[in-house]
Amino acid sequence: MDVAIVGIGLHPFGRFDGVSDLDMGVFAARQALRDAGVAWGDLQFAVGGSLGQTLGGGASPDTMVSRLGLTGLQFINVSNGCATAGSALAMACNSIQAGVFDVGLVVGFDKHARGAFDPDPASLGLGQWYGDVGMMLTTQFFAMKINRYMHDFGITRSTLAKVAAKAFRNGSLNPNAWRQKPMSEEEILAAPVLNYPLTQYMFCSPDEGAGALVVCRADQAHRYTDRPVFVQGISVQTRQFGSFEVMAPWLPIERGHAPTVDAARKCFEMAGVGPADVDVAQIQDSESGAEIMHMAENGFCEDGEQEAMIQAGETEIGGRLPINTDGGLIANGEPIGASGLRQIYEIVLQLRRDAGQRQVPGSPRVGYTQVYGAPGVGACTLLTT
Amino acid sequence: MPATTQSPVAPGLFTWPSEAPQLIGSRCRDCGVMTFPAQSDCPGCTGDGMEESLFDRRGTLWTFTTQGFVPKSPPYSIKEDPATFVPYAVGYVEFAGQARVEGRILENDPDKLAIGMDMEVVVVPLRVDEDGTEIMTYAFRPVGEAGGG
Repeated sequence: MDVAIVGIGLHPFGRFDGVSDLDMGVFAARQALRDAGVAWGDLQFAVGGSLGQTLGGGASPDTMVSRLGLTGLQFINVSNGCATAGSALAMACNSIQAGVFDVGLVVGFDKHARGAFDPDPASLGLGQWYGDVGMMLTTQFFAMKINRYMHDFGITRSTLAKVAAKAFRNGSLNPNAWRQKPMSEEEILAAPVLNYPLTQYMFCSPDEGAGALVVCRADQAHRYTDRPVFVQGISVQTRQFGSFEVMAPWLPIERGHAPTVDAARKCFEMAGVGPADVDVAQIQDSESGAEIMHMAENGFCEDGEQEAMIQAGETEIGGRLPINTDGGLIANGEPIGASGLRQIYEIVLQLRRDAGQRQVPGSPRVGYTQVYGAPGVGACTLLTT
Repeated sequence: MPATTQSPVAPGLFTWPSEAPQLIGSRCRDCGVMTFPAQSDCPGCTGDGMEESLFDRRGTLWTFTTQGFVPKSPPYSIKEDPATFVPYAVGYVEFAGQARVEGRILENDPDKLAIGMDMEVVVVPLRVDEDGTEIMTYAFRPVGEAGGG
């Protein structure tokens, strides 16, 4: 892959009454353009992601041209569940790799309603009965997956709480995060159980925000910045037969591996590096159990090793493999179209050594991101200085 | 007791009325994969040779959780008052040699549920519609629970 990220922008995540999804997208886009020192009129293409455009109630990302300028560029809208942002970046990278374009924008935003997602069963090909009986909730899936995983691999509730406490602690060091107040493991464990074994503060919530990246041909990166970050690997994979996925009325007896496993392998293979080479990672923590399971699915450890790793603090900012240094989804919430771009924004900051109080020590050179979502899609990127 | 009309939450999910209700799935004639609910195509071998097949009445609990907050309605069919909402449990029951099926569980205390415990299929009222019709759903019940059997 010969693609560079030369500009980054982020609208803070949280709740912003009176600010539209498009306002946030434009904010992030302009910040990314300024960061790259490139004019909107110089961009040849854009890819914009959001879930709101397909759920209803959200703007189509391409309507941003009426705010940023009607230059006639190609602008393609993307909506691919929780992997929307990863999919938007993959499309942009493929366009550059194919030689179609030299420089463009990837942008994503969403402004979700308060509370848990409440999709129409029909949107996932399910009968209305599935919602009628009270099973159309993503949170139930995450709870059932970690409940089984704890049973199989000896993960404890204390470790679930440690992951959430780390998220809030890292969020407190991130001025763009929604949740910036540290919380103790005791408070997290004592909170109401939303879906056993997970408590209120172990979950992320849908919210609002936007992210943007200026991407270009790697050999042209130095026109825009002296600190480019290169996309060495990128992959988006759907689920294999037997994978345990969100909103599934049934599962085959034979277990298949998760889509993240395929996406991670493909991403590392493309980049020519392995999980052990990664200096800092942002992975999908829809709830604290997801971060634990995704550590193994991405190849950072074997199933069950997370218990000792997390108890020893290895995934903290100063640890062997810092994970979710910006507070992850738990502290930032999840505006789906922007969530994966937030992860990449954080990795670029870390690799530029611009992450301030939450900067990982040393000279991180290799960063990694992963998003996962309904109905079973994983998207990964491998980024280097 | 006045006579009440009962109606399944959706046709084709379970055999009913029946003293011994069973879930209705489909099995692939080519590779043997079993789905729930029944569908015409096989997600295992990509073929389309599915035929209707009934699940066993008993299985074991593969995983579970509780629903501790009021689900949004729709898609949930019951408009619950947060003040009176009673959490419910859901889980997957593994039917040996068939598939794991998701459903509500008639025991909402997680301390009384355990992965691997024996479960059976029952059909119970989910809610009562405005016209008095009882909407019936399948659910799983721990075997040996008081009143069970």
